[in-house]
Amino acid sequence: MATYIIKRLLQIIPTLLGITLITFLIIQLAPGNPATLKLQMAGQGEMGESAIAKQIIEQTKKLYGLDKPLTVQYLLWVKRVFTLDFGNSFKDHRPVLEKIAERLPITIQLNAISIFLVYLIAIPFGVFSATHADTLTDRALTLFFFFLYSLPSFWVAVLLIMFFGGGDFLDIFPVYGISSIGADSWSLFHWLTDRLWHLVLPVTCLTYGGLAYLSRLTRAEMLEVIREDYIRTARAKGLSERVVIFKHALRNALLPIITLLAFLLPAMFGGSVIIESIFSIPGMGQLGFESVLSRDYPVIMAITTISALLTLAGLLISDILYATLDPRIKLE
Amino acid sequence: MIENKHKEAPYSYWQMVWQHFRKKRLAVAGLGITLFFFAVAIFAPVLANDRPILVRYSGQWYWPIFSGLEKVGPYDWQEVKRKNHPFIFQGNLEKPGDFAIWPLVPYSATEYNLLASLAPPTFKHWLGTDDRGRDVLSRMIYGARISLSVGFVAVGIAVVIGIFLGSLAGYFGGWADQLISRLIEILLTIPTFFLIIAIIAFLPPSIYNIMVVIGLTGWTGVARFVRAEFFKLKQLDFVLASRALGASNARLIFVHMLPNAMAPVLVSAVFGIAGAILTESSLSFLGFGVPPPTPSWGDILSQSRDYIEFAWWLTIFPGIAIFLSITAYNLVGEGLRDAMDPKLFR
Repeated sequence: MATYIIKRLLQIIPTLLGITLITFLIIQLAPGNPATLKLQMAGQGEMGESAIAKQIIEQTKKLYGLDKPLTVQYLLWVKRVFTLDFGNSFKDHRPVLEKIAERLPITIQLNAISIFLVYLIAIPFGVFSATHADTLTDRALTLFFFFLYSLPSFWVAVLLIMFFGGGDFLDIFPVYGISSIGADSWSLFHWLTDRLWHLVLPVTCLTYGGLAYLSRLTRAEMLEVIREDYIRTARAKGLSERVVIFKHALRNALLPIITLLAFLLPAMFGGSVIIESIFSIPGMGQLGFESVLSRDYPVIMAITTISALLTLAGLLISDILYATLDPRIKLE
Repeated sequence: MIENKHKEAPYSYWQMVWQHFRKKRLAVAGLGITLFFFAVAIFAPVLANDRPILVRYSGQWYWPIFSGLEKVGPYDWQEVKRKNHPFIFQGNLEKPGDFAIWPLVPYSATEYNLLASLAPPTFKHWLGTDDRGRDVLSRMIYGARISLSVGFVAVGIAVVIGIFLGSLAGYFGGWADQLISRLIEILLTIPTFFLIIAIIAFLPPSIYNIMVVIGLTGWTGVARFVRAEFFKLKQLDFVLASRALGASNARLIFVHMLPNAMAPVLVSAVFGIAGAILTESSLSFLGFGVPPPTPSWGDILSQSRDYIEFAWWLTIFPGIAIFLSITAYNLVGEGLRDAMDPKLFR
């Protein structure tokens, strides 16, 4: 066990360096870089001429040392990543980390609720489908989840706003922000219901795709486990079907499903970028979107790096969890 | 006797796959939808155009769409259209016997009419118009070209990279495998969609950049499948046999092993097309897509946000097109995966 964890931790080193290398390559696209400058002079014009653009270029150069040789630039960047020193935002000159720390809790709140709902709803449906495999209900459910999985979330968001957020149809849910104006001075209960009311539509958009995917996966995993010998043994012992399904089968099927969580993280952040900017939710996703729009380089780099590091940590935890829970797993 | 023997001739692998595939009604329906969108994309210029397909004028025949002809006699196409609202066939241009045959949708994707902006679906504009008075159906027909070409080119790039790196990792193993596996892990940790918009935002707006960026970030699935297949294949006798006969590494990889690893590549490529179409439409929806006035499904949807209170036609129709094409490719992918599952061949 200990050797596994040590081996796995050692593998992190090249991955970490790789992440810094990829993000470093993005810096090379930044304004201030010789190649980009040439590109802009060649006809883009839009940024190349204005005073603001020059200022951005100067700032980027200074921040990433773009006038130094490539190797020095890279080492500088690695040092920044490991000290989490991402500089100040070009837009309002506040430290990037401070800006992210402000926004991160909101995104975590949204995604935590969403992940919780995904697992809460998907697993029962998946188990039901597997235990009723090839019945009419199972087929209908499978097909329904298949269509749900193929629905683009931004379309669903716009549809929900159209049908439930005022306009010509119903006006049930707020479609802007995560709290009403002045909610801070309300009583806790009032504040909480208002917050939940605001979260209904965005959380729906963030949840249904993962829900559809996970319930299909749960069904497949359960069907696989049910075929195993130990399930036949459990049944032969005369255990009730309920005990066989929930104690013997589900526990084993759950392993890959729970460790999947780490792989969901980058996708959930991608979803947050779209959904938060549609619903004007001041989270990390919206910050990312705004920083791309205003070419706020330090913020873009920090968000990319930090979410990669968080995901890497998630992968690591899930691998170690997997190895701890399932003694059959060995590295390689 | 001979006839009987002929009948029982074994099917080829792909014939068997097709036999299994066609039994799945949903997968066949998906294939039908993808072929429909293909046809729409290919025939877009004759389905929707601001000039007629065929004109008879003063005893002469003209093919304006194909010849690029701007006008006949004193009439340009706008005037021809105005004289008598076109619906496929329009007679009486100047003298009896003159006529024009128009496309089903007599508007180009970029032709605008500010007086007719944001019109709901009518007989004139079947799916309504957008905020510049452009015909939504026409834009959707040309949008199919964008979706399909981004889907196929991006996946093509991803498949080439994925096959190359996956076969290197699987064939050679060792440090090559370590290196490539780390690279895959790195791409898994970086939030791909955010990476794509960050890169796209710094490149000049163009459809080719979108294709390349989606392709460069989307190869990990293919690479993992090819790697896994190669690990299995290189243990097999036929590979050992050809190695013993002195086949080179390249020959072993490309001639002997790769054709046997193509099934999972094909499946993940089909799913990849669905993913690339989704990514392109999300990018266009957020304003990072193809540069205007190029029509794209996501772009029409992004306009709908400004008029969300009433302009339902800008939301519903392009959304259905995106949803249908993603679903269709996913259905085909699932059907293929089931059809190729060797466990099902019996």
